[in-house]
Amino acid sequence: MSTVIHIEQLSKSFVRNDREIAVLQNVNLDIESGSFVVLAGPSGCGKTTLLNIVAGLLPPGSGTVYYKGAPISGPRLEVGYLTQKDTLMPWRTVERNVEMPLEIRGVPATERRRRAAEFIRLVGLQGFEKLYPHELSGGMLRRASLARMLVTLPETLLMDEPFGALDAQLRLELQNELLSLWSRQRSSVLFVTHDLEEAIILGDRVVVLGTGGHIIADELVTLPRPRDAFHIRFRPDFTNLHRRLWDALMESRLQVQRQEVKL
Amino acid sequence: MSLVNQFRSEQPRPVLVGPSTLVRQAQQRKQRQQWLIYGSRLLLVVGVLLFWQLASGTILDSSFLSNPLAIVRQTIAWLSDGDPWYESTLIINTAVTLEETLLGLFFGVASGLLLGFLFGLQPTLERIFNPFIIALNSIPKIALAPLFILWLGIEIPMKVVLAAVTVFFLIFLNTLNGVRNVDQHLVDAVRLMGGRRRDVVFKVILPSATGSVLTGLHVAIPYALIGAIVAEQIGANRGIGYLIQSSGESFNAAGIFAALLVLTLIAGLLNAVVNLIDHKTSHWKAGLKLSSADQS
Repeated sequence: MSTVIHIEQLSKSFVRNDREIAVLQNVNLDIESGSFVVLAGPSGCGKTTLLNIVAGLLPPGSGTVYYKGAPISGPRLEVGYLTQKDTLMPWRTVERNVEMPLEIRGVPATERRRRAAEFIRLVGLQGFEKLYPHELSGGMLRRASLARMLVTLPETLLMDEPFGALDAQLRLELQNELLSLWSRQRSSVLFVTHDLEEAIILGDRVVVLGTGGHIIADELVTLPRPRDAFHIRFRPDFTNLHRRLWDALMESRLQVQRQEVKL
Repeated sequence: MSLVNQFRSEQPRPVLVGPSTLVRQAQQRKQRQQWLIYGSRLLLVVGVLLFWQLASGTILDSSFLSNPLAIVRQTIAWLSDGDPWYESTLIINTAVTLEETLLGLFFGVASGLLLGFLFGLQPTLERIFNPFIIALNSIPKIALAPLFILWLGIEIPMKVVLAAVTVFFLIFLNTLNGVRNVDQHLVDAVRLMGGRRRDVVFKVILPSATGSVLTGLHVAIPYALIGAIVAEQIGANRGIGYLIQSSGESFNAAGIFAALLVLTLIAGLLNAVVNLIDHKTSHWKAGLKLSSADQS
């Protein structure tokens, strides 16, 4: 398998109140084509920043991110990005929102409508095409966003805690949904979450980013597919992996605290 | 696919039981409430008019307060003194006021939109001009009237400019606000779709600012009329404002009231237009909060 995303010595700092805050430090990561990689870690560890850099929304501080060998300098059409926050246009109906990326690419109207309808059906929103975002529930908004991302058939998906704001049942439903969609399309996925369970349920590989902004664990998930988002958590290999990742996270937190005490 | 069934649980399923007694009772209650309100309003109007007419000349001094019949007579007289009919006092003056209001509205809205978008899209420009705009805006526009008379005389252009200046700031500030408050996440979303600056402007910033612009328009339409009327009262020889002013100067109370009546009708008409605009554009923001930048 070839490498889709190659992250080399990536660091990024922000200036806040005249102080420099290091968000990412020397991150090296390779993502194989067709694999589902989950980036997990506590809030504020730089996961979203990393994803924004890979998406081409933010320039790297130092280091380089390559997409299929070429350094990333801006958003790429073959990469889909599902952000944490819903970014559907409130003045467009579900249908017109899903059509929007095609509209920007200059796809003719009839073709646009046909493909939007197809993806709206795929995410289970048929019958809701004419509704505006404020008329949809949280789960339906996520589905519409998912359809908008998938409608351009991206070969790589970036997802930033897409189910973070949903209740537990709905999250399970959508995790199952995502697994079944992915098993059919087999695109490369870089999925960010703070939830270690979610990371193991979905991923081929879980990369844990510590509070210090560097990678503290990188484990392959050998659980068989197809997976069931609910029942998989009762398998012993699931529990073992969960414990290992959790311990790594706690260890890194302790280290950071010790450093802070020393300072 | 079993997943499809899982979606169903999330979709809203209102339980409809048909025309029940409860629904009928609620409808009847609403109907009764409506009758009460409209009936009371009618009673109030008839009562006040009757009292006004009957008390005129006894309790009330008709030279200050006139009376309804005198006002109707004055209105009819002003409507029938023209040859041809459309050159009667009332029609000519109404037309002048409407012309000033609409032209003022047009120029004010056009310039406000243009500069609002320009400054909204060029933040540095906005920061340079900001204190001057605030200073200009804090001048009561009426205080500028003598200057406009000096420059333009007391004909229609002076009123148009005064109305336009009032409208300009309302539209300008609301447009600026709308453009600046565009959700950065939506802009990023369009960039991620491969959108260029043109796409960001036309597919995000313009529609996003529409709500704010309409709020400005909502406030500006009545203010255009106010600008025109005030300008007419300061210096004019035509228009409803002039009619009110000249009636006052010749102690014609009925004339003042007749002109005010026409003014109320024009204002009502303009408000109906505003409501129509609101209605046409409110479909997607039914659940969103409207930011209203009101000013006097």
